[in-house]
Amino acid sequence: MADAPNIPDEAEVRARWGNFAWTDENQKKANEILARYPKGREQSCSIPFLDLAQRQVGAETQTQGWLPVPVIEFVARQLGVAYMRIYEVATFYTMFNLAPVGRYHVQVCGTTPCMLRGSDDVLAACKNKGLIKGKTTPDGLFTLTEVECMGNCASAPMVQINDDNYEDLDYDRTVTILEALARGESPKTGTQEPGRHTVEPIGGPTTLTAMVGDNHDYRGEWGA
Amino acid sequence: MLADKDRIFTNLYGYQPWNVDAAMKRGDWDNTKALLELGQDKIIDVIKASGLRGRGGAGFPTGMKWSFMPKEPRPDRPSFLVINADESEPGSCKDREIIRHDPHKLIEGALVAGFAMRARAAYIYIRGEYIREAETLFAAVAEAYDRGFLGKNACGSGYDFDVFVHRGAGAYICGEETAMIESLEGKKGQPRLKPPFPAGAGLYGCPTTVNNVESIAVAPTILRRGAEWFSSFGRENNKGTKLFQISGHVDRPCVVEESMSISFRELIEKHCGGIRGGWDNLLAVIPGGSSVPLVPAAEIMDAPMDFDGLKAVGSGLGTAAVIVMDKSTDIVRAISRLSYFYKHESCGQCTPCREGTGWMWRVMERMRTGDADVSEIDTLFQVTKQVEGHTICALGDAAAWPIQGLIRHFRPEMERRIRERKGETGGNAPMMEAAE
Repeated sequence: MADAPNIPDEAEVRARWGNFAWTDENQKKANEILARYPKGREQSCSIPFLDLAQRQVGAETQTQGWLPVPVIEFVARQLGVAYMRIYEVATFYTMFNLAPVGRYHVQVCGTTPCMLRGSDDVLAACKNKGLIKGKTTPDGLFTLTEVECMGNCASAPMVQINDDNYEDLDYDRTVTILEALARGESPKTGTQEPGRHTVEPIGGPTTLTAMVGDNHDYRGEWGA
Repeated sequence: MLADKDRIFTNLYGYQPWNVDAAMKRGDWDNTKALLELGQDKIIDVIKASGLRGRGGAGFPTGMKWSFMPKEPRPDRPSFLVINADESEPGSCKDREIIRHDPHKLIEGALVAGFAMRARAAYIYIRGEYIREAETLFAAVAEAYDRGFLGKNACGSGYDFDVFVHRGAGAYICGEETAMIESLEGKKGQPRLKPPFPAGAGLYGCPTTVNNVESIAVAPTILRRGAEWFSSFGRENNKGTKLFQISGHVDRPCVVEESMSISFRELIEKHCGGIRGGWDNLLAVIPGGSSVPLVPAAEIMDAPMDFDGLKAVGSGLGTAAVIVMDKSTDIVRAISRLSYFYKHESCGQCTPCREGTGWMWRVMERMRTGDADVSEIDTLFQVTKQVEGHTICALGDAAAWPIQGLIRHFRPEMERRIRERKGETGGNAPMMEAAE
């Protein structure tokens, strides 16, 4: 969400999120995160805490989650730093949503490697299913964002929807995934190319074929 | 072609499990204690002798980088290893495969490299969007602790070493080493002025080395098989094996480990089924990720894919992310989309980059539609020269170079569009949708 969103109505948001606190489970996770950094360096937790908070908001709202201002204030209090230090982090990193999003955040990669492999078709499929860039569908199901390179270039084009990637897409495959999600199903993640495993060449690997069926140990051949 | 027995990342495609038991059967964590018993100086000497150059783009000699770290760290200023897994350079998708399919190579490498540079701990900074990959990495690190490979007395070596995973949250700039350190400290990822260099004052003000995932993950295998083995691949000054990532208009895009200095033609023919529509249909290639200039078909076809070979054709190896474009490509749009990327990812700290990336993208969009004046091509080139070299980090350069490459090689195409657009009456020709 590169473009600055309208920060939602303050009073309403405060009423809903003013009492935000970690769930018991997330308190445990927060303690684990704190333990990764030296004493006195708690600010290092800003990104992991904001991520955890966004996920908790997501769980409570049945969406991908977002960061209401009172939740950002909560994270700042937890870390003992000024609100502004955390707010500036929340606004700097694109994965933090500053406004509510839908149940599924559809993030289509549009950078050149995906563009060359047909990301226009993926965006067209989204458009024809009623998704509009930067907006959430009226049923609250989908938010569409065009994002920058997601590092799936050898299985492009791709979309990341919440925590999962769908790769080797085209128009029809995109429609199939969106329709399955709308029905509440969990479509297969990863490559959508029949017969492809991950990022080996389509049709089968040109190297390391012994690994396909067996956890081969090549060390015996090192001397040869 | 590189023999399978000489490939380091044998589970590259994830046909087999990533877990510690499966990884050990493939040879990871095999008497790591013996590797550490070589001693710090010997490990650094072997890495130096292997000719390994950093795999994150800049190609700095890895062993030499490690040798810059203090030989006797003070207890109040421990040294840190930061592993750059913020793989965000358009076209790059190799570290992801290491992390999700061979994470123990990276973790063992973290111990060996961290020990060699006398570090107290390693932080692996993984880009936020690699969500499932980070889950695997967290789980693999936990396995390594359970087996006693990490933590107090790591691998029974008497050396205490921790590995922590830190997730980012979506910012290309955090791949720059000082921006990564800022981000690890919990701040906006804005690069620091150098000096001081991280080896003097990095994470938390302590001595720090930042290395790419691939550079670290190959280290244990180099130590096991010897510097001579690794340096037997590739040309002088360009040694070793390398993960190539081929995307775009080839028949079968893929990630593959190959010998450095393999020719472009051989790489594409052997692993990618050739250029879509045949070699005559090749237009241009961006051979090292979006930040390096494109190379026209005739010059790239038989170029060796290594640091020096691609420098000789006016480009660079970068991360070895090979973006192939055939003659159906709207080349101006392809580069303009990269300009949009850099506009989106500029951290806003330096004026030439903050203002320049947006300006360059807007002019590139007019070049795409032809809605410009021919003289503006020169103006655009001049502006790229004003951005280049005048910013704290290399993002300004990275934004300038693709445009410079386009103008250098495809100026006639840019002029053709402008002339045709001017020749139209009414100017209502259909336009493709802009990136945004």
